Amino acid sequence: MHNPFALIGKTILVTGASSGIGRTIAIECSKLGADIILTGRNESRLQETLSQLKEGQHKYIVADITIEEDIITIVEQLPTLTGCVHSAGILGLVPIQAITKAKINEFEQINLHAPILLTKQLLKRKKLAKNSSVVFISSAAGVYRVSTANALYAVTKSGLDAFMRSAALELASKNIRFNSVNPAMIETEALSNIPISEEQKNANLAQYPIKRYGKPEEVAYATIYLLSDASAWTTGTEIKLDGGLTLS
Amino acid sequence: MDIQLFIQNVADQFDELNVELTPETNFRKVEGWTSLVALLVITMVDEEYGIVLPPEEMRKTNTIQELFDLVASKQ
Ligand SMILES: NC(=O)c1ccc[n+]([C@@H]2O[C@H](COP(=O)([O-])OP(=O)(O)OC[C@H]3O[C@@H](n4cnc5c(N)ncnc54)[C@H](OP(=O)(O)O)[C@@H]3O)[C@@H](O)[C@H]2O)c1
Repeated sequence: MHNPFALIGKTILVTGASSGIGRTIAIECSKLGADIILTGRNESRLQETLSQLKEGQHKYIVADITIEEDIITIVEQLPTLTGCVHSAGILGLVPIQAITKAKINEFEQINLHAPILLTKQLLKRKKLAKNSSVVFISSAAGVYRVSTANALYAVTKSGLDAFMRSAALELASKNIRFNSVNPAMIETEALSNIPISEEQKNANLAQYPIKRYGKPEEVAYATIYLLSDASAWTTGTEIKLDGGLTLS
Repeated sequence: MDIQLFIQNVADQFDELNVELTPETNFRKVEGWTSLVALLVITMVDEEYGIVLPPEEMRKTNTIQELFDLVASKQ
């Protein structure tokens, strides 16, 4: 069957693959024929993801990518990649008057420094093949909109957006593409850690013209488009997935 | 843990308070209580008492006493 989105023959590194969006991306990519290398800190959760992948040459590497040595350890073990998805990240609400240097570092290290330094090592050690595709799981926050108590998160995601476009320009001559997927609220476990009441959640949901939050699979499908050869001429682009939230 | 000090710490998170908070006060009904104040209370509990309040447990509390008991139970 003709499928322009097939990932057969591709080898893809997925960060944040032990949970939520990263896990779903890994599973969906394996269904389209890709070999997946999973990474995250929690080994048992990585094994759980591994067990859910469709057959292929998959493996996982346990690492904390806020530590530069761990990034190097990952990259040294990698074969040449044709794709990389950066999904590791944290969410959290911090009112401006509650911001501390430690909080800033916590957000920036995983949401911004880790994907930048991992990209650097992949390039330096020539692990990204010509025609490969790098996808950042960014956000609607910071890039298209901001909301109360979300400043630190928004800062990291708008920074990541600027990095994505810079990399797209700098690596275009090598035909390595960089794009992002920018979702608004997606139903994952990370959301249950945000302290909002049921009424607040309903009020928030009412702002979405398509009256629901997104699903991890929907983020995966946009990511698959960017990883596949169907998007071979697409670089430096954000795909907004927001159920219409930012239209008005 | 001292409840009077705890009440003062909670009160400090409001912009302006027109009532006096007591252990029996339902803080969710106090004028000026917003989701932002709730986040500031969570931050205060973390900074002053070293406790990270799980949102689902915090959601079950209504009075200052209940909130205080929750924090005390984690210490
Ligand atoms: N959920 C949403 O509504 C939403 C909306 C827009 C964008 N996003 C973005 O989507 C991405 C994934 O979010 P999610 O909802 O899937 O969250 P999640 O379920 O909490 O998953 C986060 C992942 O990041 C990994 N991670 C965190 N710190 C790490 C570290 N120091 N080193 C290595 N891995 C680390 C975690 O793995 P370990 O714990 O095993 O290390 C986990 O696999 C994030 O970048 C987030 O900003 C989410």
